[in-house]
Amino acid sequence: MITTDYDLIIIGAGPAGLTAGIYAARARMNVLLLEKAAPGGQILITDWIENYPGFPEGISGYDLSEKMKIQAESLGLKIESAEVHSLNLSNDAKEILIKDRTITAKSIIIASGASPRKLGIGEEKFFGKGVSFCATCDGPFFRDKTVVAVGGGDTAVQESIFLTKFAKKVYLVHRRDELRAAKILQERVLKNEKVEFIWDSVVTGMEGFFGVEGVKIKNLKTNEEKTIKANGCFIWVGILPNTSFLNDSVKTDQFGFILADARMQTSVPGVFAAGDVRDTPLRQIATAVGDAAVAAVSAEHYIENLS
Amino acid sequence: MADNIIEINDDSFEKIVLKSDKPVMVDFWAPWCGPCKAIAPTIDALEKEFGDKMTFVKVNVDDNPISPSKYGVQAIPTLLFFKKGQIADQITGMVAKQKLEETIKNVLL
Repeated sequence: MITTDYDLIIIGAGPAGLTAGIYAARARMNVLLLEKAAPGGQILITDWIENYPGFPEGISGYDLSEKMKIQAESLGLKIESAEVHSLNLSNDAKEILIKDRTITAKSIIIASGASPRKLGIGEEKFFGKGVSFCATCDGPFFRDKTVVAVGGGDTAVQESIFLTKFAKKVYLVHRRDELRAAKILQERVLKNEKVEFIWDSVVTGMEGFFGVEGVKIKNLKTNEEKTIKANGCFIWVGILPNTSFLNDSVKTDQFGFILADARMQTSVPGVFAAGDVRDTPLRQIATAVGDAAVAAVSAEHYIENLS
Repeated sequence: MADNIIEINDDSFEKIVLKSDKPVMVDFWAPWCGPCKAIAPTIDALEKEFGDKMTFVKVNVDDNPISPSKYGVQAIPTLLFFKKGQIADQITGMVAKQKLEETIKNVLL
């Protein structure tokens, strides 16, 4: 039997990582969860969640993640604040390099999640100065102002509706002529008088001195360009996996999302993936939690079979 | 929204932040901001680690509109680091504890 610091190390403390932690702690595994920033992951930047069962009135992203964290910790899960730099998966004792040391485990669950995708038009210049990915953090700074929102999925639509609590006008720019968001969200946003749609269009640039003052928009059908006067630009055009530490140690799809089988096992035996970081048709809290339960039980079986 | 961090306001900003002999970290936060609440324990831990060399304070942007507006804060959490009344560094959004430690060490140099 190999000797390692832990049976299982979980990377990332979003809904997937915390759920895996709950299952592993209840299985009395020797488990450590590593989180680089703060427990919660992307749900921290979600203002209101109403599609996760058990909360009939809905619940804020922060409150839900706090409840998951408390539940995991009360079962004995140890959470350490550390960023993973790299993995070495070539031995049975899998190595995880963090800032000041290397830790070993028999099994790893990668639940490092995803981050909002950027437009790639140089908007970095305006981060914290009008460009935002988080309506619940930054929306109130745009009281009685005009903002542009980009995207057509659930996040773009739901957060645009949230922005109308503060902004006097929200232009929703979408590259197609119809929304992808859930029908219930579409019904709400189409009724909202503060939201004006700019269809078949993309954002091509931003201008401003101290912060965003104008957003350049191009119509993909007519190639017509115009600049909308706005103080904010909220970007919700999908996500990218948080996998910089992987260095091809497990197989991914062309976008970097980790490939895993029905037991959540990756291309490396004993290494599992769960939640948004996985190649999956749907990325919700409900699916992340489901992935994680499967991954934790698979990890437990894997370790049992080692001995 | 760190629990052990002194809450200051627009009126006390100049005295406590700008006229401080020690470098100061100002945490702009609001009660409605989930990420602000989520990083609070990290800020508390940093205060324990670096509190003798740096003053840690927080400003509720709902109650104090002047200081955030003066420094162009349009997103929270924003952490501003002041040295002798001037901004020495700035961090916006949720970042890793390691990045915060590195920034603090840099400001203290």
